Amino acid sequence: MMKLVVTEYLKPKSLEEAYSLFIEDKKNHIIAGGAWIKLSLKTANKLIDLEELKLNEITEIDHVIEIGSMVTLREIEINPKINRLYNGILSSAIHKIMGVTIRNVATLGGSVMGKYAFSDIIPVLLVLRTRLVFYKHGEMSLQEFLDNPKMERDILLKILIKRDLGIGFFKKVAITPLDFSILNIAISKNAEGFKICVGATPYIGKLAVKAMEYINGFKNVSDEKLLNCANLVVEEIKFSKNNRASKEYREELAKVYVKRGLKKVIANEG
Amino acid sequence: MKVNLIVNNQKKIFECEPGDFLLDTLRTYNYLSVRRGCDTTNCGVCTILFDGKPVPSCSVLTAKANGHQITTVEGIQAEATKIGKHFGDEGADQCGYCNPSLALTVYAMKKELNNPNMEEIKEYLVSNLCRCTGYIAQERAIKSYLGDES
Repeated sequence: MMKLVVTEYLKPKSLEEAYSLFIEDKKNHIIAGGAWIKLSLKTANKLIDLEELKLNEITEIDHVIEIGSMVTLREIEINPKINRLYNGILSSAIHKIMGVTIRNVATLGGSVMGKYAFSDIIPVLLVLRTRLVFYKHGEMSLQEFLDNPKMERDILLKILIKRDLGIGFFKKVAITPLDFSILNIAISKNAEGFKICVGATPYIGKLAVKAMEYINGFKNVSDEKLLNCANLVVEEIKFSKNNRASKEYREELAKVYVKRGLKKVIANEG
Repeated sequence: MKVNLIVNNQKKIFECEPGDFLLDTLRTYNYLSVRRGCDTTNCGVCTILFDGKPVPSCSVLTAKANGHQITTVEGIQAEATKIGKHFGDEGADQCGYCNPSLALTVYAMKKELNNPNMEEIKEYLVSNLCRCTGYIAQERAIKSYLGDES
């Protein structure tokens, strides 16, 4: 039996109370859904549960879908608006994460704040140009948040995704359905062009900026250009080996699935 | 600390540590149908319903459940009996260790999904492992239970 040693478990009634508790001690943690707590934490001072703060709703304001940080992955997966967004790219990525039971526990906020390298969600959120709303830092892009590991402690309130017209593609490669990805690819296309992100390399999802710039420079994309784009992805993104896959295998997978993903997006567009 | 739970529609006050998980608390208070398997969210045998939704009790803190509805297989007795009969009729039972959690998940699935096909059933049941069978008899039993409106 695995034991977690915690001094106190609290469900604050206001954001200010939650924030004060969070910053008073580095050993105080916000637990979000708590799905990973057993595997990631052995001891803690205070655990702060945001259940009472009404952060568990999905709403839409001015064509922006606002997802409360405490909304569970399952609620997102089956939400009709999110199902229609970029032909369901976020729902289909979530659908492949373990089983329904754990998706009933894990939250989107927890998945973002955890910055997990194996995350299937971060690459999708990056290609959907996601923005985050924090209690003290206010609004920023997900990219800014990921680029700033030294950001002071804060509470994530909402995840914002613009509901514009676009096509999406997501591919998870894993050894077994319950396992973490050995690679994932997310691609989106809207009026502004393509976004391509590769994750679980085994590092956290990263946008392939040069490859995006290359492919967005053409009106018509030939097979050769798709291949060039896939090669650029492999050149600019860092791949490494871990106990699940070698660097070379990941690179080959990336080449194949970037090309295939771009093709599918273009086909769906037509 | 004290937590107030509604277990199988009965108000209960349990004493636990802030870092205790529901699996341990429920078993301490003799809800022994809630079983320990992998203890790491993978196998599904510790599944309970949390406000009607299936969750792995090995990974939900008891303190988080304060004020919430918890359902174990004892709380769905009539439906569990029905599911058990379908399992028996199809020869889907072997050691029975995963039966309570599977019954709860199948019960939740019937409530949540409208007339699911076999692919949707399988997807819903990912993470419910059975180490005895090859799932084929279980698939037959679940399908026949879903069609049973008695």
